[in-house]
Amino acid sequence: MQEILQYLFSGITSGAIYAIIAVGLCLLYNSTELINFAHGEFVMLGAMGLVTLWVHCELPLPVAFVITVAGVSLFGLVFERFAIRTVKTPDPIVLVIITVGASILMRGGAMLIWGKDPMGTPTFTDLPPLELGGAMLLFQSVWILLAALVLCLALHLFFTRTLRGKAMAACAISRKAAWLAGIPAEGMILLSFMMSTGAGAVAGIFIAPVTMSSYDMGTMLGLKGFCAAMIGGLGSLWGALAGGFLLGILEAMGVGLVSSGLKDAVAFLLLLLILYVRPGGLFRATEAARF
Amino acid sequence: MTGNHTAESATAGKTATVIRYAVLFTVVLMAGAFVENPYYLQVLTFIGLNVILALGLNLLMGYAGQISLGHAAFYGIGAYGTGILTANYGISPWAALILAVLLAVIIAYLVGVPTLKLSGYYLGMGTLGFGMIVHILIREWASVTGGASGLVGIPSLSLGAISFESPRNYYLLVWFTVLAVIEICRRIVCSRMGRALRSIHDSENASRAVGVNTSDLKLKVFVLSAALAALAGFFYAHFVSFISPESFGFIASVRMVTMVVIGGMASIWGALFGAVLLTVLPEVLHSFADFEMVVYGMILITVMIFMPQGLTRGVIDIYERSKKGKLQ
Repeated sequence: MQEILQYLFSGITSGAIYAIIAVGLCLLYNSTELINFAHGEFVMLGAMGLVTLWVHCELPLPVAFVITVAGVSLFGLVFERFAIRTVKTPDPIVLVIITVGASILMRGGAMLIWGKDPMGTPTFTDLPPLELGGAMLLFQSVWILLAALVLCLALHLFFTRTLRGKAMAACAISRKAAWLAGIPAEGMILLSFMMSTGAGAVAGIFIAPVTMSSYDMGTMLGLKGFCAAMIGGLGSLWGALAGGFLLGILEAMGVGLVSSGLKDAVAFLLLLLILYVRPGGLFRATEAARF
Repeated sequence: MTGNHTAESATAGKTATVIRYAVLFTVVLMAGAFVENPYYLQVLTFIGLNVILALGLNLLMGYAGQISLGHAAFYGIGAYGTGILTANYGISPWAALILAVLLAVIIAYLVGVPTLKLSGYYLGMGTLGFGMIVHILIREWASVTGGASGLVGIPSLSLGAISFESPRNYYLLVWFTVLAVIEICRRIVCSRMGRALRSIHDSENASRAVGVNTSDLKLKVFVLSAALAALAGFFYAHFVSFISPESFGFIASVRMVTMVVIGGMASIWGALFGAVLLTVLPEVLHSFADFEMVVYGMILITVMIFMPQGLTRGVIDIYERSKKGKLQ
């Protein structure tokens, strides 16, 4: 029982990370119907940025956090401006190849900049792990959970309470209609790219202290984020959150109860299953709202 | 694109094709006869393997317009299938060839039925997921595949009294296979099936409306390209005699996609060019290993932005346009 609880805790921790990544993917999918195969690489950039600024340059944590998120969002802006908007024929196959190319490019670039060795960071706070029902919960996990919830809540408020958020939601529903209503659609797409990659960076920053950061961490995380987003029904914010937790917990149980080698296979089997059986997501029956 | 192929099937195109074949055939034979350096022969053999891979994926991606980001899985199934059967069970390599390709065909069929119902991004993700699962399986199933440390002791090929142990013989074996594969692909592309494949690329609904059984055709071409990848995997395993999971991971799949993209989607000769370029580049540039991913990424992004038909096709288009401009 204690073991199960321990697996549950580690599942919730990684689940929250997957949820943040999935939310980033959904943000982008909603406004552009594009699935960014390079999303995981932005997560990696977030983790690497934090390691560099916080550990190596010894900036205070909040400053390093802000600079990293801003830097990665800026990178997302450059990516949209130069690699996506310039595409003449935006067929899915072309955009898939471009984003896969961007992902390989960023991965290779990160390898040249930071080298191949994984890098660690200390946890955000020096607090001891919490003991709940005989199982240990790292304090960093609490931070990760808080980050996922705060991010979702903030995005929810952004889309329902602010004019800009509503404009973006309008763009997601129909770009042309939004344009007719005087909403600058291109700017909104740029903004959603920045928010999406920024969310990716947040995920990377929070995961850095619990796993080692290396140049090749992104692909796996991006795919798992996509898997979580698909479980929740692509495009739904709260679905992505639920999908992330579900994936994290199932994965942790698979590792604990079957074999640790199967850790990554769980996500992909789940992904294929979802793609085949319920491409609309697990919760589509209840018609989850898009935001 | 379609216009070019109608021209190609015309008589003028036919002589051009015959000439191209004669040139390629002579080049292959001359290289076999005069290249002495075993290293060069080895590079030429690897080019041949990559040509088989690129041709198979080109049928699927270039002609039918269905992306696969997990094609290295079939390459791996071919290599590990024959490796396990010959090294662990002592089965004759030629029997292992049939079994390994059959295995790839069966897996491709089982995976293809649900996966090819997907399209666009979902197909990309589905095939990517499949590739990852196969890679993980190869890495983790250590009792059978040798795990991360790889599989050793794969015997070299021989047919009766002819041994393919020497690089020259192996080179000739691989390249005669390549010529056969090129001819098979050309015949498919120029047949009714090839036209139907291109129609799926342009619009799946429209081709279904004119009576093309699109799901059946997509499945056939997926299985065929998987079989070709497994064939290349077979030759690879018996050539290097040691295989490890790294050769069949995500980067390997991306490399295959890059070859097709460089070669020009939907062009057999382009696929040849793409395979040559991506095999020779790492051999020429010494520090290429470090820049491999950056270079692939740059190629994929720039070619897709400016020439979504592929590099070769794009360059030919620009050339033809400039020629027309001069005439006017």
